[in-house]
Amino acid sequence: MKLVTAVVKPFKLEDVKAALSTLGLAGLTVSEVQGYGRQKGHTEVYRGAEYTVDFVPKVRVEVLVDGVDVDRVVNTLVEAARTGKIGDGKVWVTSVDEVVRVRTGERGLDAI
Amino acid sequence: MDSGDTAWILASSALVLFMTPGLAFFYGGMTRAKSVLNMLMMSFGAIALVSVLWVLYGYSLAFGEDAYGGLIGNLDHLGMKGTLHELSGTLPVTVFASFQLMFAIITVALVSGAIADRAKFGAWMVFVGLWATIVYFPVAHWVFFFGDLTTTEDGGWLADTVGTLDFAGGTAVHVNAGAAGLALALVLGKRYGWPKERFKPHNLPLVLVGAGILWFGWFGFNAGSAVAANGQAGVAFLNTQVATAAAVLGWLVVEKLRYGHATTLGAASGAVAGLVAITPACASVNPLGAVAVGLIAGGLCALAVSLKYRLGFDDSLDVVGVHLVGGATGAILIGFLATPTVTGILTSDPSDGAAGLFYDGGFSQLGKQAIAVVAVGLYSFILTWIIGKLIDKTMGFRISTEDEVAGIDTTVHAETGYDFSGLGGGGGGAAAPSTQRPLVGAGVEEEKP
Repeated sequence: MKLVTAVVKPFKLEDVKAALSTLGLAGLTVSEVQGYGRQKGHTEVYRGAEYTVDFVPKVRVEVLVDGVDVDRVVNTLVEAARTGKIGDGKVWVTSVDEVVRVRTGERGLDAI
Repeated sequence: MDSGDTAWILASSALVLFMTPGLAFFYGGMTRAKSVLNMLMMSFGAIALVSVLWVLYGYSLAFGEDAYGGLIGNLDHLGMKGTLHELSGTLPVTVFASFQLMFAIITVALVSGAIADRAKFGAWMVFVGLWATIVYFPVAHWVFFFGDLTTTEDGGWLADTVGTLDFAGGTAVHVNAGAAGLALALVLGKRYGWPKERFKPHNLPLVLVGAGILWFGWFGFNAGSAVAANGQAGVAFLNTQVATAAAVLGWLVVEKLRYGHATTLGAASGAVAGLVAITPACASVNPLGAVAVGLIAGGLCALAVSLKYRLGFDDSLDVVGVHLVGGATGAILIGFLATPTVTGILTSDPSDGAAGLFYDGGFSQLGKQAIAVVAVGLYSFILTWIIGKLIDKTMGFRISTEDEVAGIDTTVHAETGYDFSGLGGGGGGAAAPSTQRPLVGAGVEEEKP
C-alpha cells in the first residue's frame, strides 16, 4: 500500500481530480496549504510599508493506492498538474503499513 | 427660532455621531484580526463616557460664559441647567449642545488609533474622561466659543482675541487629537515586534466602509458648522466634497509614484486626509481653493505616514500622519487661500471678509492660523503626555506582552471578532471543542441537580 502525496497549484486541482478518476481511484483527500520552494512569495504595500508574504498558497492532494500501478498514478498526476513554470509543486510516494475503514473495520485493500 | 436651521442641525448632529462608529470601522479594519474588537470598543467607550460628561459639565466648560481670559467656560450650566428654554442664535441651545457633543466624542475617539492593540480598556476609559475634561473642553472653548455678539461678551481667545479661522475644527479637533496621539504613542511605547513584524490591516473592506461612513457624516461636521441652513453651509458642503475627492487623487498619485501601486488603503486614507484638511477651511476658500487644499493634503499626508518608521514611534494607525499633518495643513492653508467672497459670504459687503496671502490679505491671517496650530498642538501634546504618564504610573496603561501577543480581544474583552475555526473555540487558535455553560450572576441560586 502506498500513499501518494502531491502539492500542486490550486487552479490545477480540478485537472488532477479528473485525471485520477479516469484511473478508477475511489477517493482522495484535499487540503489547503502554504509554503515555498523555488517560487518565492510576493510583496504587499500598506501606507508605504512593504510586507513580504513568504508563503504561497498550494493544494495538497493525498491518495491511497493499492492494487494499481503506483507509477501510473504518479505519472498521470504529474501530467495533470504541470504548467511548466516554477511553482508547479511536488509529488512523493510513501509506504503505508495499514489502512482501516472506520465504518466497517475492514483492513488493507478492502478499506481503500 | 428658525425651524429650517434647527432641522438641519438636528440632522447634522446625527450625521456627526455616525462618524464615530465609522471611525471605529476605519481603524478596526486596519488592526490585526486579534485586536479588532478592542479598537471598536475604544470608540464606543468614548461615545458612552463623553456623552455623560458633556451634560454633567462638559457643555458648561466649553460653551458656558467665559470664566477667564477666553480660556474656559464657567460652571453656570452644570447638568445643562438654564439651557432648556434658551436659544443659541436661531436654534434651541439643546440642539447646538447636541451638535457640539458629537465633536467632543469623535475628537477623543480619534486618539485611540495611536495606541492600537496594547492599551488596557479601563486605563483608556480613565484617559477619555481626563482628556476630554482637561484638554478638549477648554480647547473647544478657545476655538469654537464666539461669545455673544449682541452683548459683546468675550469669546474663546483664539476665536475672539486672535481671530483664527477654524470653521469646523482643524485645530480643536484634528491638530488636538493628532498631537495627543503622538504623546500617547510615546508614553505607551511600541507594540511588541514593531516595526520588524507584520502589522498589516486584517480587513480592508471594513476600512473602506468606515471611510465611506466618515465621508458621509463629515457633511454634518462641516456644513453643519454653519449652525444654519444657509449659503455658508452650501459652500462648506461643496468644498468638503471636492477637497476630499482631490485628496484621494493626491494620495494615489504620490503612492503610485513612490511605491508603484495605487492601493485601497491609500484611497481611504486620502479621503480622510482631505476631509481633515478641509475641515477648518471649508468656509474660507472657494471650490478651486478646496481642490488645492485636498491635493496638497492628500499628497503631504501620503508622505507623512512613513515618518514614524524613520523616527521610530509606533503611532499605529497614523493619527499623526493624517490628523496632525492634515489638520495643520488645512489650518495653515487658510492663511494663503482665504478669500473674502467666501469668508464674507454672510455679510452684505464681501470685502469685509478675511483674506489670505494670495487674496491681498498679507501675512496677517497666516500668523493667526499659525498661532492656533502651535498653541493647540503644544497644549495637547504636553497635557496628554502628563495625563498618560499619570495613568501609566498609577494603574498602568499597557497590557502585558503575553496578553498583547495572544491578542487583546480575548485577553481583555473575552471575545473574538471572527470565529473561523470549525473545531470550536474562538479565533482559530484553540483546537479543543468549546463547551457552553450559562454564567450565573451573583445572588442567583444555582439549580440543584
